[in-house]
Amino acid sequence: MNFVYERFLGGKNGAVAIAILAILILVIFPLFLDAFRLNLVGKYLTFAFAAVSLVLLWGYGGILSLGQGVFFGLGGYAMAMFLKLEASDPESTKIQTTPGIPDFMDWNQLYELPWFWIPFESFTFTLLAIILVPSIFAFIIGYSMFKRRVGGVYFAIITQVIAVILTVLIVGQQGYTGGINGITDLKTLNGWDIRTDSAKLTLYFINALLLLGVIMLSKFILTSKFGQLLLAMKDKEDRVRFSGYDVSNFKIFVFCVSAVIAAIGGAMFTLQVGFMSPSFVGIVPSIEMVIFAAVGGRMSLIGVVYGTLLVNFGKTGFSETFPELWLFLMGGLFIAVVMFFPNGLAGIWNKYAPKFKFIRRMNLTPDKAVLDAQIAPAVSIAEVTSDLVSTSDEKPEGAKS
Amino acid sequence: MGDFSLQELTSILAMQGFVGISLFSVLLLMALGLAIIFGQMGVINMAHGEFMAMGAYTTYLLSVMTQTYFPELMNYYFLVAIVASFIVAGAFGYLTEYVLIRHLYKRPLDTLLATWGLSLIMQQSFRSYFGAREVSPTLPDWLMGSWMPTDSIFIPINGMFVLGLTGFVTLGVFLLMYRSAWGLNVRATTQNRVMSGAVGINTKRVDRLTFALGCGIAGIAGAAFTTIASTGPTSGSLYIVDTFMVVVFGGAASLFGTIASAFTIAQAQSILEFFISSSMAKVLTLLTLIVILMIRPEGLFSSKVRK
Repeated sequence: MNFVYERFLGGKNGAVAIAILAILILVIFPLFLDAFRLNLVGKYLTFAFAAVSLVLLWGYGGILSLGQGVFFGLGGYAMAMFLKLEASDPESTKIQTTPGIPDFMDWNQLYELPWFWIPFESFTFTLLAIILVPSIFAFIIGYSMFKRRVGGVYFAIITQVIAVILTVLIVGQQGYTGGINGITDLKTLNGWDIRTDSAKLTLYFINALLLLGVIMLSKFILTSKFGQLLLAMKDKEDRVRFSGYDVSNFKIFVFCVSAVIAAIGGAMFTLQVGFMSPSFVGIVPSIEMVIFAAVGGRMSLIGVVYGTLLVNFGKTGFSETFPELWLFLMGGLFIAVVMFFPNGLAGIWNKYAPKFKFIRRMNLTPDKAVLDAQIAPAVSIAEVTSDLVSTSDEKPEGAKS
Repeated sequence: MGDFSLQELTSILAMQGFVGISLFSVLLLMALGLAIIFGQMGVINMAHGEFMAMGAYTTYLLSVMTQTYFPELMNYYFLVAIVASFIVAGAFGYLTEYVLIRHLYKRPLDTLLATWGLSLIMQQSFRSYFGAREVSPTLPDWLMGSWMPTDSIFIPINGMFVLGLTGFVTLGVFLLMYRSAWGLNVRATTQNRVMSGAVGINTKRVDRLTFALGCGIAGIAGAAFTTIASTGPTSGSLYIVDTFMVVVFGGAASLFGTIASAFTIAQAQSILEFFISSSMAKVLTLLTLIVILMIRPEGLFSSKVRK
């Protein structure tokens, strides 16, 4: 029991944080939000999977992937393919030239199910595919890059290009993938109608529990020896290598784990939202996922969930009322977080929470990982404004940083 | 392909090849700026495409202004517009470096996020000011029409102009970076910042001007872009990934590599486009690039660096 407490929850501090999050998403949201809003929150929480995956990969591993949307999409598409096949039984598609195949294939003059669609008639295979396809894909990318010590900026750019390739491929191969519209009109999961309110509520809870599970599993990974090595590797990769560890294997592993986590999010997305389209695969969603993580605090598994919720609520709220302002705000948020709050919401919490008496009385030590992680010194606002006012360049080098 | 005679096939190849050369010109102009910013300084500027759009919009504004106030000068405004695009984009780049980038030199991945934020803001500014519709400037007469070396080959004049401009800018960048004292300062700063500071180079000033130069060249790319396509708020972001691929594939710090890789990518894409759909051409090109980069991560041409 103590083992579980220390490793999966992260001690008292972590246990309280997870409990608060669990109460929020399992009790407060379902009680106070109507079915439509709750479904929306459910959708946001699926993005939180991707954000959590980036904490492992980027926050602790120091590897920035701009292609998490690829894995999110792979998971989502795998689930969507299964649901689509179930929705296109010969009975309900009898007006098509070829009954029994998905409608978009019929529109694109395909007369039989393509070979890679056939296994998705099995639910077991689909569940396996959601886990295995992204991890194999991540393994291939990771193996070929990390073994050759490609990292940092190059890795970010190459993952971004992979996101572009997959998007263009999905959009271009309309007959096989549903094209730009994606895979729509999903109805039932093994005969269970997923479009009803009660089904959506059930799916919301499954999703929330899965998210909590993934967070605890990630916590377990990070508190293990592997997690320590990951942090060490991020800060001084050479030293870890000289100590006799094969750094590339760690990187490949963490990349695969993060791919699977993002893919689970994608699969849950399809189930809750009822469709999957390339607009959740490409560059923009992938970078947005990074922003969720950055806003929440890239070193905090719990923080990124709040970050995801905050950014998405903001996005929905603003694009309903002031669509023009949203991009300004989002852009400003990116810049502000990167420059002034590199530890995101979690960093702000750790800095200011101890100033409140009742929090101090609860005897919670701030999350050590977040405090210890000197990602980078945040630029202070005063510094930037003073720079704007003064025109002198003559500051000694290294005065900053 | 059996329906084409040999002569037709040659003409198609020549024209399709020239389409590739137009793409090559724009890619190279964009990549030159990025090669300076990313290759030399190591800064990932995701807003590079928006600097290009800024140049394109500057050209558009000048064309509208010339048409309203000095219609008799329509033949010459474009040359002014190229210079103006350079200055506007360069000045904004200078400001961006001063306010944003220079605080982030030690965190390259964070520059990526910050400049992505900047690109969102710039895109929305374009949309608010110029509207979501695509605009194009009225081109002077001498840029219109095409040159016909044989009966069946049409080579558009604007494409040749852009090619000439690209050659001119490339030569300029080469002379500036490799044959001038300032270029020596830039390269010294990139290689060893602390030591460069110690021998008396004002590294901060060098950084700022280098970044401004890269953005200015993106502005020129924008001006050139208006002659072959219309400009919308998101025009720049369409090219950013391709441009990064050009720089990475060419080998980040090599000017010759950038030229060679822009040429290869543009030609591969436009020739493939003729045979298969353009989306598949893009997929195939990018996929090949990635496979090559996995085998040779340092790019086509790269200076030997010990790692």
